[in-house]
Amino acid sequence: MTASVTTMGQSGLAPTRADHLLIAEMVEPGSRVLDVGCGDGALLELLARTKAVDGRGIEISRERVSACVARGLSVIQGDADSDLSGYPDDAFDYAILSLTIQATRHPKVVLENLLRIARRAIVSFPNFGHWQIRLSLLATGRMPRTPNLPDAWYDSLDAHLCTIEDFVDLVKLVDARVVEAVAFNSTGRRLPIERSRRLQNLFGEKAVFLLERKREG
Amino acid sequence: MATNSEAGDTFEAQSGGTMSDDALRQVESPDSLKVTFPTDRPLRLDSGFDLAPLTIAYQTYGTLNADKSNAILICHALTGDQHVANRHPVTGKDGWWSTLVGPGKPIDTTRFFVICPNILGGCMGSTGPASVNPETGQAYGLKFPVITIGDMVKAAARLVDHLGIDTLFSVIGGSMGGMQVLEWCVRFKDRVYTAMPIATAPWHTAQNIAFHEVGRQAVMADPDWHDGSYLLRGTRPARGLAVARMAAHITYLSEKALQDKFGRGFQNRDQRSFSFDADFKVESYLRHQGSTFVDRFDANSYLYITRAMDYFDLESDNGGKLANAFIGTKTQFCVISFTSDWLYPTRDNKEIVKALNAVAANVSFVEIESDKGHDAFLLDEPELFATTRGFLNAAARKRGLPAGEPTS
Repeated sequence: MTASVTTMGQSGLAPTRADHLLIAEMVEPGSRVLDVGCGDGALLELLARTKAVDGRGIEISRERVSACVARGLSVIQGDADSDLSGYPDDAFDYAILSLTIQATRHPKVVLENLLRIARRAIVSFPNFGHWQIRLSLLATGRMPRTPNLPDAWYDSLDAHLCTIEDFVDLVKLVDARVVEAVAFNSTGRRLPIERSRRLQNLFGEKAVFLLERKREG
Repeated sequence: MATNSEAGDTFEAQSGGTMSDDALRQVESPDSLKVTFPTDRPLRLDSGFDLAPLTIAYQTYGTLNADKSNAILICHALTGDQHVANRHPVTGKDGWWSTLVGPGKPIDTTRFFVICPNILGGCMGSTGPASVNPETGQAYGLKFPVITIGDMVKAAARLVDHLGIDTLFSVIGGSMGGMQVLEWCVRFKDRVYTAMPIATAPWHTAQNIAFHEVGRQAVMADPDWHDGSYLLRGTRPARGLAVARMAAHITYLSEKALQDKFGRGFQNRDQRSFSFDADFKVESYLRHQGSTFVDRFDANSYLYITRAMDYFDLESDNGGKLANAFIGTKTQFCVISFTSDWLYPTRDNKEIVKALNAVAANVSFVEIESDKGHDAFLLDEPELFATTRGFLNAAARKRGLPAGEPTS
């Protein structure tokens, strides 16, 4: 059986994802970017179009890789857990992991690799500390299911869900610094609470972090 | 379906007779273009041997543009030849990559100038063991020097020079053709804008070498081989070469493809014959593959080319580290493998990708789902076509080449 090719980019792009716009704001024009888990290449295309980046992608799905290459993007089939180690230090200005870290087997190793390969890492993830999730767990005593996290626990690929506070702890652990942290809700509206991590953790449905290594070298 | 498999012909195809004077004539007078580099410009082979004269037979399709920036070099596989997209002069079949190359095809000859040389060591007009040895006036036979994939590439580069082309827009090939693509990117780094190594490997594994050795031993065990001098004696090691081909053919397919196509089906009978006839369809098929192959291919060429593949090892050639081969490359790569290819499996193709990543090269990699085995790269694989078209179109835009027809 030959897998059929997904038709991509039929004029008019799909509506731009909210976290993609927030990520694009964090990227300096003309940078070298690695998008890990790049999906159908929407973010890479957005970055190429609006920031003139030199972009590369890694994607686990065969069909999506093929579609990415067919639309002119440089993408390899692979995954964050096994294919980041092959990249040299400082090969990129930014390594991006958008809504993927919770699905990796070893998030800490992945984050360390991102910060080794690139000067800065941009990581977005669903926030398990959101009040609805907390409330749902408290009230039902079962794993929360929300529009953000729709799958039953046994179906979900999200093996390592975390809260914003948890993630900040991990950032410290890998000796990195938070340059910018944005919490946002499901419509992609940025929450005006950047000074309070506790409020972000309570009201942000998702978060995007811009990180950099503490020590250069 | 498999009209142009590396393995060759369809099950139903008719045998074309014995090898055919038609095929033998191609050695000296190919039905294609050819260029001969004179004796005062020998090709220095990796072995140190100076080969002269050197003839390269080749085909071209499309038109070279004014600034010579639209040339694509296609490298053929072990038993392929320069007849990529035209009717084959010996077999009468369509060109071996006519699915991929032609007007409006993914490698669009209305936009690109496509060149395909017969490899050094081949038997379709380029200098090889069946060519005349200037020292004796007779066919080289085993006096032909042992060659490498790198030598094939150096010979092809002579042709590219001859055509006045400095930088190739792309170098594309599958299997052994992919090995040549990689050698191009190593030996002529600045002359390759994009590269598509397909269903290939950065080295020949022990299993690859082992299969080739079986094939060579089959040829050499044929009494008609006469230590390689069969052309002088008017014989041909047809049985040995056919057995070599039968064994190799199995490696081009997958277990599933064989099972689906033949199963345990009987050939022209309802039950066992209690003899060694070709009772089974699969036996009949393999015998047919063997016999049609010997009609068009020179046995000594088969020995030399398989040897060149066995010697291929970009890692050991580059100080034991494959990534070293690609340091400083500016080429955009698109590596493609097939899920059911066990001859050059995804694992080996990914070694190329890893090495390219290690030097931060621009590389795409796609593993295409197919149950057709290694041969998939020559067959009707829509995802291969879409990927090739997309990759080349995007690179052409970057290169400033005019847009192609918007074909889906």
